[in-house]
Amino acid sequence: MGPLLQVEDLSVAYGNVEAVRDVSLTAARGRIVTVIGPNGAGKTTLLAALMGVLPSRGGIRHDGVDVARLAIEERVARGIVLVPEKRELFATMSVDDHLALGAFARRRERGIDALRAEVYRRFPRLLERRRQLAGTLSGGERQMLALGRGLMARPALLMLDEPSLGLAPRVVRDIFTIIAALRDTGVTILLVEQNARAALAIADYGYVLETGRVVLEGDSATLAADARVAATYLGRGHGAMTAG
Amino acid sequence: MDLSIAALLAQDGITNGAIYALLALALVMVFAVTRVILVPSGELLTIGALTLAAFDQGHVPGTVRLVAGAAVLAGVIEAVRRARRGEGRRALAGAALWAGIPLALAALAAWMGPRKLPLAAEVAMALALTGALGPLTWKIVFEPIADASVLVLLIVAVAVHFVLTGLALYFFGAEGSRTPPFSSASFDIGALRVSVQSLLVLATSALAIAALALFFGRTLYGKALHATSVNRLGARLCGISPDFAGALSFALAAVLCAFCGVLIGPITTLYYDSGFIISLKGFVGAIIGGLASYPLAAAGSLFVGLIEAFSSFWASAYKEVIVFTLIIPVLLWRSLVTHHHEEDE
Repeated sequence: MGPLLQVEDLSVAYGNVEAVRDVSLTAARGRIVTVIGPNGAGKTTLLAALMGVLPSRGGIRHDGVDVARLAIEERVARGIVLVPEKRELFATMSVDDHLALGAFARRRERGIDALRAEVYRRFPRLLERRRQLAGTLSGGERQMLALGRGLMARPALLMLDEPSLGLAPRVVRDIFTIIAALRDTGVTILLVEQNARAALAIADYGYVLETGRVVLEGDSATLAADARVAATYLGRGHGAMTAG
Repeated sequence: MDLSIAALLAQDGITNGAIYALLALALVMVFAVTRVILVPSGELLTIGALTLAAFDQGHVPGTVRLVAGAAVLAGVIEAVRRARRGEGRRALAGAALWAGIPLALAALAAWMGPRKLPLAAEVAMALALTGALGPLTWKIVFEPIADASVLVLLIVAVAVHFVLTGLALYFFGAEGSRTPPFSSASFDIGALRVSVQSLLVLATSALAIAALALFFGRTLYGKALHATSVNRLGARLCGISPDFAGALSFALAAVLCAFCGVLIGPITTLYYDSGFIISLKGFVGAIIGGLASYPLAAAGSLFVGLIEAFSSFWASAYKEVIVFTLIIPVLLWRSLVTHHHEEDE
């Protein structure tokens, strides 16, 4: 079996501006692969293109199948799931409803109830608030709900866009612990983060994205030890890597 | 005006208001899910009533040919759309689904036409047949332009209204129809004579509203529609296709409109073009709810019905003028109480 996700020469353009240029990456099964990089490097754009939210050029193969032309819903049905940066929750609907809808693509499959119980076990906080409306949740709870909703779709490839964004440090730790634990369920995770330290700590492999291009890749330990990465993204120095 | 007349007018107003409320709910739902203002709701209402009238007279309703034609068109459109995307076998399956189900309904209706089946069966078939026009309209007209601006969708909806009015004239003719009342009984409470028919209208409207509330609150598909109206991208990320949500909301709305037609049929003689003015009153109710709130839209519609009934007593020539002038203070009030936010497109 080859890697779960194979991206070849992917480019995404907003009008004439190319936000992502010829990016190639692979994600092996059951691994956490992270894409780190500064604000505006094209990380969110990359995930949006992989999900089909934005049109793109280039190859996207998931589980050996070309999915580059499929609609968002068709990718969800194949197990590609995005937990977006803006969460995209339903403000006037309850936590329970979110989980029910998360499994919409799996509505004809068995075991949805067991899956919901499993998600509530991972996120006891959500269980406490199961009748509460999403609009009334705190930032951390909203991120947990977005994650839980994504898990209900039985993802093979779970793409997480900035799960730590806007959260208190203690909550960030909780979220990353949960993400690391998800790997043991066999799901492949593509994690986009500005918080490079936390991302590299749980990832198996990493890519560094700058101005829409991959400038560096490697095992996360190797990346974390890389002097340029350390200087730029781990807070021991200043300036973008390509500038130096 | 004495109390008994006032009570009579109130009864009239509430009966009509209940029907407007159903229309308003259909308008709010379709707008929330698809951003289309369902201008042709009046035609769907008329077609529903005229279909039942045809069954009642032992004819095959013109709706059969209308639905069959639309079904073939929708099937071809779906096949071409899927074939273009390179989905060879699924193109056929999609076409078979979109053409097959409405065609089967039409065939069943054609078989039913000359036979005198019980009223309930005729009503069910009138609802199903007219209901099929909803998703067919979505597939043929709105799905290809689903991402257009609200204004474009509105203009196209007006066009659909004219097309459906013309088709209704062609398929049903210019004569008016009235269906027999479900019950001609009445009873007295004090000085007030209450007709069982208007009680039936009220009760079934309330039932329909309760069923809608259950559908949105309890079923997965209802929640999927709600989710699409709250956050379109969020719903897509759950695997809820906007095309599916659009077709489902149009189906529900068409059944609701046809149901209104069935309820109005025994009260008013309906012609091929009678629906528009009725749907406008539902629209006023929906506007009172800001095209967003179901309870406010229902309450607003009851209010419209009452205003209409009482103005028909005091100034019957100005009845419509008064009802439609109501929209001006309502818009003023809404513009003061709502916070404006630009539509993100």
